[in-house]
Amino acid sequence: MTSSEVNWDAIVIGGGHNGLVAAATLAKSGRKVLLLEAGSDLGGAARTEEFAPGFRVSAVAHLLNRLHPDVVKTLELERHGLKVERADFMPSVALSKDGSLVLHGAYGEVLTGASPTEQSAWKELRAQLLRYAGVLKPFLSRRPPDLAGMSIAEMTGLGQTALALKRLGKEDMRDFLRVLLMNVYDLLDEQLSDDRLKGLLAFDATLGSHLGPRSPTSLLGLYYRLAGEIGGLAGAQMLPKGGMGAVVTAIRAAAEQAGVSIRPASPVAKVVVEKGRAIGVVTQGGETLRAKTVVSATNPATTILDLVGPREVDTGFVRKVKNIRMKGDAAKLHLALDRPPQFSGVDAAGHKGRLVIAPSPDHVERAFNPSKYGEFSPEPVMEITLPSLADVSLAPSGACVLSAVVQYAPYALRAGWAAGRPQFLKAIMAQLETYAPGIGATVRHAELLTPADIEARYRMPGGHWHHGELQADQMLMSRPVSGWSGYDTPLEGLFLAGAGSHPGGGISGAPGLNAARRIIAMRA
Amino acid sequence: MAQATRKKPIASEVDTALEARLAAQPHFRTLRLGTPFQPRIDALGLKQDWYSWAGYRAPHSLWDEELEYFAIRSQAALFDISPMTKYRIEGPGAEAYLDRVTLRDVTRLQPGRVHYTAWCDDDGFVLDDGTLFRLSPTRFRLCSQERHLPWLLDSAIGYEVSIEEETEAVAGLALQGPTSFAILRDAGFAGVERLKVFDLAEFAHDGATVTISRTGFTGDLGYELFVPADKALSLWDRLMMAGELRGIRAIGYTALNRARLEAGLIVANADFTTSEHAIRADRLRMPDEIGLGFLVDPEKGHFNGRRAIFEARTKKKLRHVLVGLEIEGNIPAEHAIVYYRKSQEVGLVSAAMWSPMAKRNIAIASLQRPYGDTIVDDLWVEIYAMRELQYQKLMKKAKVVQRPFIKLDRRTASPPADF
Repeated sequence: MTSSEVNWDAIVIGGGHNGLVAAATLAKSGRKVLLLEAGSDLGGAARTEEFAPGFRVSAVAHLLNRLHPDVVKTLELERHGLKVERADFMPSVALSKDGSLVLHGAYGEVLTGASPTEQSAWKELRAQLLRYAGVLKPFLSRRPPDLAGMSIAEMTGLGQTALALKRLGKEDMRDFLRVLLMNVYDLLDEQLSDDRLKGLLAFDATLGSHLGPRSPTSLLGLYYRLAGEIGGLAGAQMLPKGGMGAVVTAIRAAAEQAGVSIRPASPVAKVVVEKGRAIGVVTQGGETLRAKTVVSATNPATTILDLVGPREVDTGFVRKVKNIRMKGDAAKLHLALDRPPQFSGVDAAGHKGRLVIAPSPDHVERAFNPSKYGEFSPEPVMEITLPSLADVSLAPSGACVLSAVVQYAPYALRAGWAAGRPQFLKAIMAQLETYAPGIGATVRHAELLTPADIEARYRMPGGHWHHGELQADQMLMSRPVSGWSGYDTPLEGLFLAGAGSHPGGGISGAPGLNAARRIIAMRA
Repeated sequence: MAQATRKKPIASEVDTALEARLAAQPHFRTLRLGTPFQPRIDALGLKQDWYSWAGYRAPHSLWDEELEYFAIRSQAALFDISPMTKYRIEGPGAEAYLDRVTLRDVTRLQPGRVHYTAWCDDDGFVLDDGTLFRLSPTRFRLCSQERHLPWLLDSAIGYEVSIEEETEAVAGLALQGPTSFAILRDAGFAGVERLKVFDLAEFAHDGATVTISRTGFTGDLGYELFVPADKALSLWDRLMMAGELRGIRAIGYTALNRARLEAGLIVANADFTTSEHAIRADRLRMPDEIGLGFLVDPEKGHFNGRRAIFEARTKKKLRHVLVGLEIEGNIPAEHAIVYYRKSQEVGLVSAAMWSPMAKRNIAIASLQRPYGDTIVDDLWVEIYAMRELQYQKLMKKAKVVQRPFIKLDRRTASPPADF
C-alpha cells in the first residue's frame, strides 16, 4: 500500500453529476478537491454512450427537466457550454388509438387534441399543481428540517414555507393539505375526464417509482416532477444537444476550472475510519489518500455497508440503511433504427417531443399490478424520445435513435432477467408496433437495460435511478434514513451527496450542491 | 384404484397437521413455563409464592424469606437462574463482534474468563447489562435480563459469527454462600479450587459437561453452573447431596434481591429502564447515568453508542446519576422520593433495605444531576411507614455512599476458604 503525501481538503467519491457538482462547489470555496470515479468515463447515469455503431444515446436519464437553477448559477454552467433555449422545450404527446393529445410548452401551457371543457379543466388543474408544487419547491435546495436541533436559518426556511402555504389562501391551503398524500388516480378523477390526459399524468406521477396511480401518495411523484424547472420554467423539459453527456461535460468543465483534480478509473475500495472519523480512502489499486472531508456521491447503502463497513457505525444505523427500499421498477430501451419511425396521428413537432404510451390511468394501474408479484407488465407503459431528430450527431445520416423509459420492470423478476429480457423486449416492441406501425422492421439494434443491467453498469443498487424509492417515507427528513438527512453521517468527516440523499434523483445536481453547502457552512 | 392411492397420503398429511394443531391448543393452560429444575423446586416451594421471570415460573420465596437470605450469607444457597436469557455467540469474528456490541474491551477478556458488561443503542442508551463468558477463543455466552436476538442478529451484519439463543437448552444454577466451594469440592468437581473470581472451567457431569464459573449476584463467595437441560436434575441432586451437611438450601428471588443490593449491584428494569422498554423519553439512561460509566472503554475501537456517549460527556448532557445511599434509622426507604433541603424533589429510590450484614439502612437511588453528583449534602428521603392503617411520614437524612455496601474477603480469597 502506497500512501500519497498530498493531503486533500476533500475527496469526492463518484463522478456522477452530483459528485461533480459537489466537487466543483467545494473547489470554488477554495478547497483542494480530488474526485475519484470508478468508471473510465464521468457522468454516471447521465452519460451519452454509443450503443450501436454510430448510434449514441443518453444512457439512463434522457430528459433534462430539473437541473436546479442554483446549480446552473453557482457553477456558471452556461459559460461552460450548457445551452437552454426556449425553442428546445419539447411537448408531451399522449399517444392513443383515439388520436393523440399534446401538452405544449412547459407542461401543457397549451393543451391540444382535447375538448374545450377538458382544456379549461386542465388549465385550472395545471395552475393548481404548479401552485402546490411551488410550496414544496424551496425544500429542494436546502437541508431537510432537522427536528432535533434546528438552526435559526433552518427555522427561517421553514417559516418561509409556512408563509408560502399561508399565501395560498385559506381554501387553497386546506386543499393542499387534503391532496398532499392522495393518490394521483383519485385526484385526476375529481378534475378531469379525458383518459388520455389522465393516463399521461398518472404515468408521470409514478415514473421511476414502485407505485401505481392508485397507490396511496402517488401524487407526490407529480409534485416532485413539477417542483423541477429548466430555463426558469417549472415543468419544462428538453433534450440536451449531444445527449445528457453534454450537461455532464459542462459541469466537468466548471469543476476543472475551479481546480478539481479528476481521476477516472479509480474505484474506491474503502473509506478509512479512525476513531469515528473518516480520514480518507483506499483505492482498489491500494493507494491511500487522506482528506479532511470525504464526500460520497455514490449510493448511501454502498457507502455505509461496503465502503465504510457496518463495523464502524452503530447497529441501529446499519438497520436503517439496510432497510432503504431501492428496487428499481423501470427499464431503459435504446433502439438503433434504419429511419425515423412514424407514430400514427403525430405531426413532425410531436415526433421531436416526448411520446408517452399510457392511454388511461387504468392501463397504467394494470401495467403496475404484475410488478408487485415479480412479473413485468405484459402491456408496458413508456415515455419515448427520438433525440436524433433534433441532434443529427447522435445517429448515422438518415437513421434514428429511439430512447425510452419503460415500466414496469421489477428488479427482482421472478423468472430472472436472463430469461425475462427477451420476453419483455417482445412485449415492448408489440406496444411500439401498435402506435408506430412498421417500426419493428427498421430495428438495426436493440439494447434493453433492465434494472439488473442498470445496477451492474451504473453502480446503482437495485437499478434504481433515485438510489432509493422516492416515496413519502423516504423523503425529506427520512432521506436517506431518518435522523441523518442533512448530508452528514454518524462518522465525522463523511458526507453523502448523491441522489440517495434529499431531495432525490433526476438530473438536478441538488443533492450535490446541498451537501457541498452543508460542508462549507460547517467549517465557516 | 389410482385415485385411492393418491388420496391416502394427502389425507394422512392433513391428519398430521391437524393433530399437531390440536396438540398445541392447550398451550394457554401453561401460564408460566417450568424450568428444567421445576420438579425439585415445586417439591420445595412450600409457600407457592411464584412470579414470572421472563415467562418462567420462578419463586419469590420457597419456605422463609429471612432464612433463605441467611442461607446465602451463612451457608450455601441454590438459586435457579435458567430463565436468564442466554446467547451462544460463536465464530472467528465473535470477539470483534462482541467488542462492537458491548461497552467493555472484549479483546482483553481471556478464554476461561467472565466479565460484567452492558450494551447500548445508537443514542448511547443502555439496552441491558449482563455477563459475558468466554468459553474459548471463538465461543462466548452472553447472559442478560431481556431478550435481544433481533438486535444481536442485526449487529452481526459484516461479521463472521453465528448467534443462537440457548435459554431453553441450557439450565443454570447459582450456588452462593460461604460453604459453596466446599460443596462443589465434596461433590467431586476436582480442580474447582483453582477458580479465581471471574474464572470459568468445564467439568464432567453425568456424561456431559458442566461449566462452572466463580461468579454470582450476591457479593459473596459463589459459583454459577451451566449444564445441558437434560442433565439439570442430576446436577441439582448431586449438589444437594454433597451440601446436606453444609447447610445447602434452595432459595427464591427475594433473598437474592437483598444480597445483590448489599453488593451494590443493579437490576435492569428495576433500578433503571432499558431503552427498548422505556416509553417516556426521559427514562432512557446512558451508562454514566446508572453507574456503568466505568465499563465504557474509550481506547477500544468502535462500539454501539460510542459517538453519543462521548458527545454527552463532552457537552455535559448527562442528566441523571445512580448512587448508593445510607439512610438514618432502620425503616427501608423502598421507592421513596429523594429531596434536596427537604423540599425539592431530586430523585427516587429504586431499591432499599435494612442490611443485616452492613448494619445500615441502605438504598440505591437515581437522582437528577447535579444532585448526587456535585451536590451531595442536604439530601433527604421521605418514607411512608404504614402503622396500623395510617401512614407515618418520615423525613430521613440520606448520605451518598460508595457501593458495594458490604465487602466480603471470602468472595475473592484464593484459594477459597473451606467452611
